[in-house]
Amino acid sequence: MMAAVILICSVVLMLQFFISYCRSLIAACAKEPLPIEVQEVTGIVRTASAEDFSRVVQLLKLCPERPEDRSSLRAVGAYYHFLGFVRSTVALAVPSLKSWADGERAQCSYFAAVALGRRIAFSRDLLAQQMLP
Amino acid sequence: MPGPYGYTVWFICTLLEASVVVCAVKKNAFRRYLLLNTYMAVSVVADIARYNILSHYGYVSKEYLYFYYYSDALLTVALYLALISLFVQVFKELSAEKFVILGACLLLTGTSLFSYLVIQQSTGRLLTRFVVELSQNLYFVGLVLTYVLWGAILKLRETRAQLVQLVLSLGIYFSLFAANYAIRNLYPAASGISISLLQFLGCFLPLAWAYAFWRIPEDARLAPATLAVIPR
Repeated sequence: MMAAVILICSVVLMLQFFISYCRSLIAACAKEPLPIEVQEVTGIVRTASAEDFSRVVQLLKLCPERPEDRSSLRAVGAYYHFLGFVRSTVALAVPSLKSWADGERAQCSYFAAVALGRRIAFSRDLLAQQMLP
Repeated sequence: MPGPYGYTVWFICTLLEASVVVCAVKKNAFRRYLLLNTYMAVSVVADIARYNILSHYGYVSKEYLYFYYYSDALLTVALYLALISLFVQVFKELSAEKFVILGACLLLTGTSLFSYLVIQQSTGRLLTRFVVELSQNLYFVGLVLTYVLWGAILKLRETRAQLVQLVLSLGIYFSLFAANYAIRNLYPAASGISISLLQFLGCFLPLAWAYAFWRIPEDARLAPATLAVIPR
C-alpha cells in the first residue's frame, strides 16, 4: 500500500518537474530571434506552429551535431511527444488541454528552430576551419 | 556481474559526474555550489572504488555488497546535504539559513530514527538493513523537500535560471529513483530490470547539472511563474 502511494506521488511529481524543466529549457531560447536562413528554410518568422517540429527536426538531422545541445534537444523532443500523447488521450476528455498542448508544442518547434540556427552557424565555423590552410 | 551495457553506462555516468565538476570549475561556479560539486566529486571516487573492489573480489562477494550499500547510503546523505545547500541559497535573502540547517538536521535525524524503527524487528545484519532502508527513505524525503523548494522558488519569485534548472533536475532525479524503489517493492520479480534502469537513470542528474553549469550563464534570469504546471 505504502509503495503504491509512493509510486503515484513520485510519478505525479516527476511529471510536474519534467514539464517545468523542459519549459525552463525552452524559456532560455524563447526570446532569441531566428537567423534569416532559418526563417527562409523553415518558414518560421516569429511564431512557430505545433506541426513545424518534425520538419525542423528533419532539418536538424542534416546538420553536424553540436554536443552542447544534444541533451536539451532530447529532453524537449521527449516533452513534445509527451504533449502529443496528452493531446490525443487526456485532451479528449478535457478540451482546454488541447489548446494548451498545442501552444506548448509550438514553443518546442521554436526551440528546435533556434537549435537549427545554432547548428548552421556551427557547421559554417567547421567549414571555415577546414578551408584554412 | 555487470554486462557490457552495465559497464558502458557505469563508465559514461562516471565521466558525466567528473564533467560536472570540470564545468563548474571552468565557469567559476564550484564555490557557489560547493556541496553539489562535492557530491559529484565523491560520486566519482565512489565509482572508482566500487570498480576496484568489484575487480578484486567479484560481483557476488560480501566486500562488494557491503561497500556498495554503505557507499550508496553515504552518497544519499551527501545528496541530501547538497539539496539543503540549495535551500540555503534560496532562503539566504530572508536570512533564514540557520532555521533551514536546523530543520534539515532534525529531518535527517527523524528519517534515521524512522528507518531504525522499521528494521529493528529483523534479526541479523541490522546495520546493513538500516543503510538500505535509510537510502530509500532519504530518496522520498529528498523528493518531498525538492517539491517544497520548488514551491518556495515560485513563491519567493527566485529568478536565477541556473539555480532553477539545478533544482528541477534534482526533482526529476529524486522522483525517478523514488518511483523505481516503489516499483521494486511492489513487483520484486522486476528487480533485475529495475536495477539496470537505475544505472541508466543515474546518468540524468550529472548530465543535467553539467548542462546547467556549462550552458546557463550565472547572471541569466527567468520568470519561474511561467514554468509552473499550475499557473500562479
